[in-house]
Amino acid sequence: MVSSGFSTLFYKEVLRFWKVSAQTIAAPVLTAMLYLLIFSQVLEDHVKVHGLPYTVFLIPGLVMMSVLQNAFANASSSLIQSRVTGNLVFVLLAPISHREFFAAYVLASVVRGLVVGMGVLLFTAGFASPSFAEPGWILAFAVIGAALMGSLGVIAGIWADKFDQLAAFQNFLIMPLTFLSGVFYSIASLPPFWQQVSRWNPVFYMIDGFRFGFFGLADHSPWLSFTVAAGCLIIMMAVTLSLLKRGYKLRT
Amino acid sequence: MTAAVRIVQATKRFGATLALDRIEFDIAQGEFFGLLGPNGAGKTTLISALAGLVKIDSGRLEVMGCDVRSDYRAARRQLGVVPQELVFDPFFTVRETLRMQAGYFGIGRSAARDSWIDEILEHLDLTPKAEANMRTLSGGMKRRVLVAQALVHRPPVIVLDEPTAGVDVELRQTLWQFIHRLNREGHTIVLTTHYLEEAESMCDRIAMLKAGCMVALDTTRNLLDRSARRTLRLRTFADLSEMPGGGQPQGDGWWIFSFEQFAEIEPLLACIRAAGGEIAELEINQPDLEQVFIRIMREQEQVDG
Repeated sequence: MVSSGFSTLFYKEVLRFWKVSAQTIAAPVLTAMLYLLIFSQVLEDHVKVHGLPYTVFLIPGLVMMSVLQNAFANASSSLIQSRVTGNLVFVLLAPISHREFFAAYVLASVVRGLVVGMGVLLFTAGFASPSFAEPGWILAFAVIGAALMGSLGVIAGIWADKFDQLAAFQNFLIMPLTFLSGVFYSIASLPPFWQQVSRWNPVFYMIDGFRFGFFGLADHSPWLSFTVAAGCLIIMMAVTLSLLKRGYKLRT
Repeated sequence: MTAAVRIVQATKRFGATLALDRIEFDIAQGEFFGLLGPNGAGKTTLISALAGLVKIDSGRLEVMGCDVRSDYRAARRQLGVVPQELVFDPFFTVRETLRMQAGYFGIGRSAARDSWIDEILEHLDLTPKAEANMRTLSGGMKRRVLVAQALVHRPPVIVLDEPTAGVDVELRQTLWQFIHRLNREGHTIVLTTHYLEEAESMCDRIAMLKAGCMVALDTTRNLLDRSARRTLRLRTFADLSEMPGGGQPQGDGWWIFSFEQFAEIEPLLACIRAAGGEIAELEINQPDLEQVFIRIMREQEQVDG
């Protein structure tokens, strides 16, 4: 499956975000830092979660939120820009299969998500240092989460015809899913109703599993979180590949 | 020999609009082929279908014997398309753009790739702009890069969709010289253009489309010969109103006569001399493709009406 067409498209997608790294890497790292600064200042002396200082608890959630949001942003913004300006035609004219197209966009999204996540982790180290109890889980949830959001970004980038439609997708779906996923709190602190609601949010399992990798403790077993996250990824991949195979909005 | 392009009963609907209605023709290898028609005729739809951007509802399309659906990788490698819209990726330089495009077609980093890119850049007068970002180029320069992108994988069949729309004279000449060279080297060229004089001077054969239907397909010479009459315009102060041949007075001594064959001229001139006329000035106007085009389109309107 892997041909030079795939590797060039993947390289192009990575180079695209790298060339504007102030906007695609530095800006989200700064945003995460501001969250950390404000929440840790307000809550550090008042809140402990799972017996951990609040700042330490917060860092993995912020890292994962940045991974997910940037993985989504990479594929979706690249695709809508290419569609609106028309230059996606150069990819569509090439002998690149729908699987290669999918793989290139999603893998580039994973790279962007991981680069931003590592940036957030690096810069937050000045505030507090979380442990790395199970690094395998950290990597697994980061990659699965980024791939899932990259895949969702491909769908959004193809579905949206205008930038405001993509903004709506981002504001009304991605933001609520990531903010209401336990980034800033443990769901054990929520009322029972909202605990139940959170359990229907797949992003909650990604954050929870990712956090388990750091502390060795979380709201749920990492295996349950892994099963839900991997299951969602498989479903999302199947939907995205099916749309690409049909040429949805790309090949009329 | 395998046809460069084979179109068999290609039909495409967009909702209620029939964009292509059972279009069928072949383009031979090495041909310089023109695809003409008014806006909305189906030219870009047909080209897009060949390139795999549009899926036809029925029929079959082949490029160098490769089906554009079932054998799409091979078909796309055989085809270079210059799109009508002036599109570019603002993140990259001209050279990066061309290297990426080569990469999409499976052409990796190599000395052969780089020297071919240099050659294309030189022939299209793009060498001084090779390291410039695409955003900084003028419209004409961006158009040249589009042509370069279509050629970067050395396709045997090159499709140019309105390549000279909004382009200055200098670029047109540079572009056509290069395209002619490619054609001489054996590349098949398929051209759509609104500049009918370009099609007339360059194309061996022409297909005309209207509202998704093919209304003419012939060599350029035959289209000109069969579809329009030549005119003889002369100036004399003799009265030619009673002359056989139906001369039309144009004022100031000018008369116009229509004819089909050059052999009709000498008897006409003999008649004028016999009538005591002395010819002060004389010119013969050949039919041009524009007249042929307008005539065929009007005939089609009458058929449709």
